[in-house]
Amino acid sequence: MESKGRKFLKNPFVLTVIAIILGFLVAMVVLAAAGFPPLKSVGILIKSMVGKPKDIAAVVVKSTPIIFTGLGVAFAIKTGLFNIGAEGQYMMGCVAAVAAGAVLDLPAPLEILAVILAAVLASALYGGIVGVLKAKIGIHEVITSIMLNWIALYFNNWFTNTRLYHKPATIGTYPIHESAYTMVLYHWKKSEAGRAVLKSNDFLKQVLGRNDINMGFAVAVIAAIFVTWLLTRTKKGFELRSVGSNIDAARYTGINVSKNIIDSMMISGALCGLGAAFYITGQSPHLLNTLSATENVGFNGLSVAFIAQSSPIGCIFAGLLFGGLLYGGASLQSQVGAPTEIINIVIGVIVFLVALSVIIPQFLDKHVRKAAPKTETVGTDKKKGAGDAK
Amino acid sequence: MLNNILVAIGITLMYSTPLALAGQGSVISEVSGVVNIGIEGMMTIGAFFGTFVGQRTGNPWLGFLCGGLAGAVFGLVHAFASVTCKADQTVTGIAMNLVGPGLALFLCRLFYDGATQSQPVDHKIPTLFPSGMLHGAAKNLNVSWTTIIALLIAVGMWYVFYHTTWGLHIRAVGEHPAAADTLGINVYKVRYLSVIASGFLAGLGGASMTLGVVSQFSPTAISGQGFIAIAAIIFGKWTPHGGYLACLLFGFFTALTVLFGGSVIPVEIISMLPYVATIIILILFVGRASAPKANGVPYEKGSR
Amino acid sequence: MAAEVSSGYAVQMHGITKSFGSFYALTDVDLDVKKGTIHSILGENGAGKSTLMNVLYGLYQADSGRIYINGQEVNIKNPTAAIEHGIGMVHQHFMLVDTFTVTQNIVLGSESTKGGITLDMKKARQAVVDLVEKYGLEVDPDALIRDITVSMQQRVEILKALYRGAETLILDEPTAVLTEQEIDELIQIMKNLVKDGKTIIIITHKLKEIQASSDVCTIIRRGHRIDTVPVRGVSEDELAEKMVGHAVKLVVDKTEAKPGDVVLDIKGLYAKNDQKLDAVKDFNLQVRAGEIVGIAGIDGNGQKELMQAVNNLIPASAGTISISGVEIQNKTPRFGIDQGMSIIPEDRQKEGLVLNFSVYENAILEKYRDPNFNPGFTIDRKKMMDFTEGLILQYDIRPDDCGPKRAGGLSGGNQQKVIIGREIANDPKLLIAIQPTRGLDVGAIETVHKTLIRERDKGVAVLLISYELDEVMNVSDRIAVMYDGHIQQIFKQGTVDNRTLGLLMAGGSYDGE
Repeated sequence: MESKGRKFLKNPFVLTVIAIILGFLVAMVVLAAAGFPPLKSVGILIKSMVGKPKDIAAVVVKSTPIIFTGLGVAFAIKTGLFNIGAEGQYMMGCVAAVAAGAVLDLPAPLEILAVILAAVLASALYGGIVGVLKAKIGIHEVITSIMLNWIALYFNNWFTNTRLYHKPATIGTYPIHESAYTMVLYHWKKSEAGRAVLKSNDFLKQVLGRNDINMGFAVAVIAAIFVTWLLTRTKKGFELRSVGSNIDAARYTGINVSKNIIDSMMISGALCGLGAAFYITGQSPHLLNTLSATENVGFNGLSVAFIAQSSPIGCIFAGLLFGGLLYGGASLQSQVGAPTEIINIVIGVIVFLVALSVIIPQFLDKHVRKAAPKTETVGTDKKKGAGDAK
Repeated sequence: MLNNILVAIGITLMYSTPLALAGQGSVISEVSGVVNIGIEGMMTIGAFFGTFVGQRTGNPWLGFLCGGLAGAVFGLVHAFASVTCKADQTVTGIAMNLVGPGLALFLCRLFYDGATQSQPVDHKIPTLFPSGMLHGAAKNLNVSWTTIIALLIAVGMWYVFYHTTWGLHIRAVGEHPAAADTLGINVYKVRYLSVIASGFLAGLGGASMTLGVVSQFSPTAISGQGFIAIAAIIFGKWTPHGGYLACLLFGFFTALTVLFGGSVIPVEIISMLPYVATIIILILFVGRASAPKANGVPYEKGSR
Repeated sequence: MAAEVSSGYAVQMHGITKSFGSFYALTDVDLDVKKGTIHSILGENGAGKSTLMNVLYGLYQADSGRIYINGQEVNIKNPTAAIEHGIGMVHQHFMLVDTFTVTQNIVLGSESTKGGITLDMKKARQAVVDLVEKYGLEVDPDALIRDITVSMQQRVEILKALYRGAETLILDEPTAVLTEQEIDELIQIMKNLVKDGKTIIIITHKLKEIQASSDVCTIIRRGHRIDTVPVRGVSEDELAEKMVGHAVKLVVDKTEAKPGDVVLDIKGLYAKNDQKLDAVKDFNLQVRAGEIVGIAGIDGNGQKELMQAVNNLIPASAGTISISGVEIQNKTPRFGIDQGMSIIPEDRQKEGLVLNFSVYENAILEKYRDPNFNPGFTIDRKKMMDFTEGLILQYDIRPDDCGPKRAGGLSGGNQQKVIIGREIANDPKLLIAIQPTRGLDVGAIETVHKTLIRERDKGVAVLLISYELDEVMNVSDRIAVMYDGHIQQIFKQGTVDNRTLGLLMAGGSYDGE
């Protein structure tokens, strides 16, 4: 029997929480070394994330896009693919959302549907390119994804400067039509009655009035549940996981490997596209700008998926943590004077430690075994297997 | 016409230098069997420390060296994660890309009154000839010494790879670590040294940007060069010489955007070209792709 | 009994015990190898012979026991130490860098340099040429490893050891990958080496080779040394009995086959290997319902490519493959399965199972898409569990509560049972088994063979491909010999002896009466 302590330490959730705590500790050491009060800084950071209703609402808004990209990346990992191209897929989704939303002028539900569809389709196809190149030609997805990320960045800039979309005297495009907006109670907020209510109710004012609270987060939660269901309960998910876990066995048992790789990349891209759609429709400024560098929504999605250990539901929490840190980091700068970049250090250290934490169960099996009675047969198989393999 | 060609060559060499240095870093790590996607982060930290030391001491050469050392420290951390802990190398590389720029900007704000840009250095790394010695179009060929260093490192790396025991060991460890191990080659040691060297070269690449091309650190000083260097190395089939030439090619595309940007073809379209070209090359030549066989696979002693 | 420690022995290992967790791979094993002899170590798969040699070569550390080289006690903590003590090992899976030349591989790790670190390849090449000439190990020092044959690669491995001054050479299953002719050449090389004063330890489970090559044989069974005997004066039957522990039952119980209609019909098939060379050439074979056809042949004669073409993993460049009249070539693996083909693949861990899936999930790896099994979009978990529990019961898969556990945690025999159960549950018309008993113990082998025969009796057409000649001869109703990509000749069971088959497998010709 395994001791309780070891079982506890083997639990991925526990390990992640430890990694997060250590991430904060490292940040405190860095802050202290730089001459900032570490405890106070972290206190302010946390308070500015969850201190007031408006903060929580802002964190939710800020997190929504990276929860989606995180879901996309996590989905790909579960099916054996490393979608470092989430960044590019997200950008293409944003472009498509604006391309549709700034030109089409339909009644609200149709307009919203059209914009979301455009974004999802564009991102799915962009992810599909990676899938096709991997499935049909055998090029590793990480390599093509890196290229496609840059192509998407320049495509965004080219698009922003086309005559049709570029808004003169700005560095951006025209915004999408208001009928595509997905903010909660957007029109009501601006109406007389709405303004009166917001004035009298501080909570509602903070949550609704001060923030672009939108439908995105609710959709993200639904998407996470859907992805979990798809992967664990459906035939399609079973195929996708089989291909991801052992491509040869999948092939032998008659599963169409190429199709599943392409499908997986398209679904992963589509999830990033949903994030793009709700960013453009749900948050100001509802338009594209010329970018000098990537905005890292997709890259942050990678971190979210890693921290969540690619659990779709975990992505919601990891995304909220990441979004919260991004949001709270700003007040750290204004209130303590500590550079906001400490946040990137925290996230980087957490990702790093989560990556390292996968070795802890193996480490325990290998080095702490001596203390335990020799009754484990699984370990024997593992060792023998290692010797026998190739 | 001649003038234009010389301008193009000058810009190509200038922009390819950071890529070439970081690219050599990518080669040595990947050939030893460790994927290093954290080149970008290592370049950024190198760029900051290079500028910072160069600016504070007034000695750009000292800065250049310190840029490399800062990258090497990151290389050591990456080596620990990927070689000793056998963690997922792509993930820890991405962590490097988060921590590297994060730490660089953090320190920058700390030392430069909250600004994300450093003060410019008084002295950049000198050019090959003293200014005033060359006239007219020939001025364009007065490249920075960093460009020469990058070329020398590429040549040196080629020599090490194909004519020394070190190179033989690095390549063996990346292709078949168990074979190397049974012959008494310390796989872990070779990989550690290779990844640390990788970080050092990436750091030099970053510092060559902020001490050779521009003269200060800023958040966009390093924006994507690390990834471009990785692409170039794939393009160059994981060889020092192929990688160097690919970096020149990628630098040339940058020169094109500078020269022709905004005229006939939109500058964004030209900027895309290197990436599109890499994908096309991969499609055409994937049958002969020659990635090191054990690249990205942690080595477990006793497994075969 | 262990011999007294003396300098007359190249290697002595006394009282070696080695465990992995609770599993004892070796228990108190003694081995005494006289200088200048060829000493074989005989045992079944998993008997512990490789473990013993890995201890000698420093890849594993023994829990207890002593090792003596030339009468001196030594401590071998890693391969480098073994090399220093004059021990070289040629592993079953070669330890060669594909992209390096022969010379580079030989000198790797002990390079000659021109002062410092610059390689002196001229000197290295000369050293290799000298060794090649001295021992008659023909091999091109400048060729790339990936361009030379397996038997050449094996010579490079031997040269590697000799270059490092090995006095004792361990060869781990050296003949598994060789043709008959190459085996003869290898035995000649071994004899040359011994003449030159070297000592050779050869791990094998092939009795014939022991007879042809060795002076002394040590037999190991389940981690225990059973006996050490001089090879001259002991019969193959005696050795076999010592190896398996009971009189070997050579014939598998079965009745006469009652072949029905042709199920699998392969006509004029061509298929290419990785190097774009024709590996399957004008291959013709029919398998009827209710018979087992075995393909005998040495590994590397196109069996792999044949299987890949039949399973549509690689294209057929010419010819047809049909199942009950329906052509399946150049379609998808799924198409063949839908026509009633089930395959028990060669590598159960790589091709048969998803190791980190549960046994449940592995059991339904094909069934999941059957509309009768899962009519909708989702997987019926109850059905999945019931189905798997049925298989666990029917095939005696152990432990019997393994359903929700990782398939990777099962033993090899139980993993194979999961695959066999899954494949047979499809009610195939055609069952193809490739090396179905590789690495299994005797009990599991018997189960597999009985299952194949039971399926035959149910009217299934069975095609068995195996590199173990005895298996093919014992189980098959008809035996087809495959050599160089095509069928040499086909025999009914009992009308041919293994000498004739061996000859044909090695490319010889035979005029049957």
